[in-house]
Amino acid sequence: MPINQDLNIPMGNALDQPIGRIIPAPENHLSADGLETARKARRSFMGKALAMGAGIAAASKAAVAAPEGEDAILKLPAHTTGLGQGVAANAYGMPSKWESNLMRRESPGLTRVPQASVSFCPLQGLFGIITPSGLHFERHHQGWWDIDPSQHRFMVNGLVKRPRVFTMDDLMRLPSVSRIHFIECGANTGPEWGNVALPSVQYTHGMLSCSEFTGVLLSTVLEMCGIDKKKARYVLAEGADGSSMTRTIAMDRAMDDVMIAWGMNGEMLRPENGYPLRLVVPGVQGVSWVKYLRRIEVGDQPYATKDEAVHYIDLQPDGQHRQYTSIQECKSVITTPSGSQTLLDKGYYNISGLAWSGRGSIKRVDVSVDGGRNWRTARIEGPTLSKALTRFNFDWVWDGKPAILQSRAIDSTGYVQPKINQLRAVRGTRSIYHNNAIQSWKISENGEVSNVQVY
Amino acid sequence: MKTMMMTANKRFSHPLLVLAMATFALGSAHAKKPWEDIGRDAKPAEIAAWDIDVRPDFKGLPAGAGSVDRGTEVWESKCASCHGVFGESNEVFTPLVGGTTAKDIETGHVANLLPGKNFPQRTTMMKVATVSTLWDYINRAMPWNAPKSLSTDDVYAVLAYLLNLAEVVPADYVLSDKNIADVQKRMPNRNGMTVYTPLWDVKGKGDVQNVACMKNCVTELTLGSSLPDFARDAHGDINKQNRIIGPVRGAVTTEPAPKTLNDSRAKVMGVAAPAKAEAGAIDVKALLVSNSCTACHGMKNKMVGPGFAEVAEKYKGQADAKTYLIGKIKNGGAGVWGGIPMPGQPQLSDAELAAIAGWIVDGAK
Repeated sequence: MPINQDLNIPMGNALDQPIGRIIPAPENHLSADGLETARKARRSFMGKALAMGAGIAAASKAAVAAPEGEDAILKLPAHTTGLGQGVAANAYGMPSKWESNLMRRESPGLTRVPQASVSFCPLQGLFGIITPSGLHFERHHQGWWDIDPSQHRFMVNGLVKRPRVFTMDDLMRLPSVSRIHFIECGANTGPEWGNVALPSVQYTHGMLSCSEFTGVLLSTVLEMCGIDKKKARYVLAEGADGSSMTRTIAMDRAMDDVMIAWGMNGEMLRPENGYPLRLVVPGVQGVSWVKYLRRIEVGDQPYATKDEAVHYIDLQPDGQHRQYTSIQECKSVITTPSGSQTLLDKGYYNISGLAWSGRGSIKRVDVSVDGGRNWRTARIEGPTLSKALTRFNFDWVWDGKPAILQSRAIDSTGYVQPKINQLRAVRGTRSIYHNNAIQSWKISENGEVSNVQVY
Repeated sequence: MKTMMMTANKRFSHPLLVLAMATFALGSAHAKKPWEDIGRDAKPAEIAAWDIDVRPDFKGLPAGAGSVDRGTEVWESKCASCHGVFGESNEVFTPLVGGTTAKDIETGHVANLLPGKNFPQRTTMMKVATVSTLWDYINRAMPWNAPKSLSTDDVYAVLAYLLNLAEVVPADYVLSDKNIADVQKRMPNRNGMTVYTPLWDVKGKGDVQNVACMKNCVTELTLGSSLPDFARDAHGDINKQNRIIGPVRGAVTTEPAPKTLNDSRAKVMGVAAPAKAEAGAIDVKALLVSNSCTACHGMKNKMVGPGFAEVAEKYKGQADAKTYLIGKIKNGGAGVWGGIPMPGQPQLSDAELAAIAGWIVDGAK
């Protein structure tokens, strides 16, 4: 892997080398060949850029320049020469009409009915770590509702001294916390246990979102109700929708960072995400984040509900199912460039992606552009929060040759994100859930990025 | 706490002083929070109305009974349209029954889950270990479009019917709270679950480890798998699923891959910006989804009700078809396509009704 020594960034890759050969360490001692490759790449890029006058922009049909300059500059557009719109023309603002390509989408053929289905978040177009609320992925088990918050009630019963009922007024009077956490479906990337099945990061990783949630800690409410700490081992969370979704949560989690949330990204939860009340179980798969939360029951045994006894169980090679698997282990993915995107030219790219861990914060992210043979550490961008998405960036100069991009995250426990063959060696290919493998994106000479499995 | 008290006993021998300290310690641990009385006590009837969960040890299971015969009746009227008459499913949901054997009932392990078996579907009965799960779920969430409408006895009956299909109970069985524990001992996959604590405990260690090799790492570097060409457009045109500006574009996946980088660039840079939806036009397909029509009607085939294409075919060439369909959609009906009634849709405006009916008459495409 040649390195641009001025900028100290990798250029291209080593895929044109014979497969399986050990390549000498590239860092700090670039060979004469490597230097020549780098010079050529630079020359060809600069040469083309000069010939085209304005590099990438010149390729755009919309930007064909007049001899004296570009119309986009020389001809003043209506928005520069006219009067714009007034305040509150959109009383609740929506994204620009030019952004309409980025929306939640279903994966064709994945489910039979839209009420028990998934829509995927367009990770390929998002920046930073916060998911816009309108693009938060959806998973409904029996359709979604827009519930009248004044009629919504929340009950705590079971092994408590005082079974209690709370209105939204009551809950919102309690001492609240605001915390940024990711939510990932346990089945995210699940279709790829056996082989590549999906074309873009929206579908491979889009059952993933990250928001700032506001609510009261479940521990605060359980203490108020006089929880029987000697006997209590589990809580059952139950929703108010038709499915009345139920999931078991361990008591040590319930008393730790689990929240009963009403706020999401500064406003109330969206109806598709559980308005007016949902459980937030940081680090745990999304199915436990019960929406339209109506009840918490404190008990001394797990409940083996449908979504922990029929679904969300991981089939292992020996024919046993793992039950109550919950933690979303450390994982990362490159979102730009990613599957089914097209690079517009050779030259510099800011490889950007997301990393997260259900066991803590992200300590480091490494990126490889040669299919995992050589790695360099990426820049962590912005905050590194516990059980939250973390953004990473990585400088790269594409030389126009085939390359395979991978990212590998390491969390605060020291756990290193595994390769798909390492996961398969232990868990087989039939699990469906908890695939946190390193994702490979192949860049072909035509600039197209495709989903591949390389290890 | 214990250590502290012992130390205290040594240092302060006066019994009253020790008592005072203990009281102080207790008092501070149970200091009443100023928000502690927010909310109110739950009334017994309220708890009974919501506390419907049934655990594997059958805590929460209400008394009742239902026969396989009664279950057959309920199943055919309320369940079969989505799950198939024999639980084999039709167009809507994955199969509930199948893939288990008399031997599995003996061992408590479903042999079709073993490596190399490759049984085509993993049915509910192949997976579920606890019969309480089925009772609880049928009771809380079924039927699909009218959850919690079954009587307690009918929940027992439906479950008895399912268990009979799976040959767990005989055809003359009456399932009840008295004998359900015996049925548990015959569940085909009752020994098939492992509680795997490393993925349950937040402090657990995972079962798969990688090392953070940085240089000359050992890789096979073979393409283990890639998306076949025929699947290129399986998720539509990815070009229309990416931003129209930035360092990359979405590839035009509805056409074959361009040969060179120049071709690719010409292709994606030449693609026009997303067209603004025509003002005032009604998006019929969006209406069908938002009004839950698609919960029962497939685009082509019968699900609970007829497929839209089937309706279009039936009324093809009929002059008053549009008016007739507007009435049917607005007011609902039954009998034309089978016994399951379709509810009226009074929430649709006249314009929306006309748009949907017109779309069907035009062939439902």
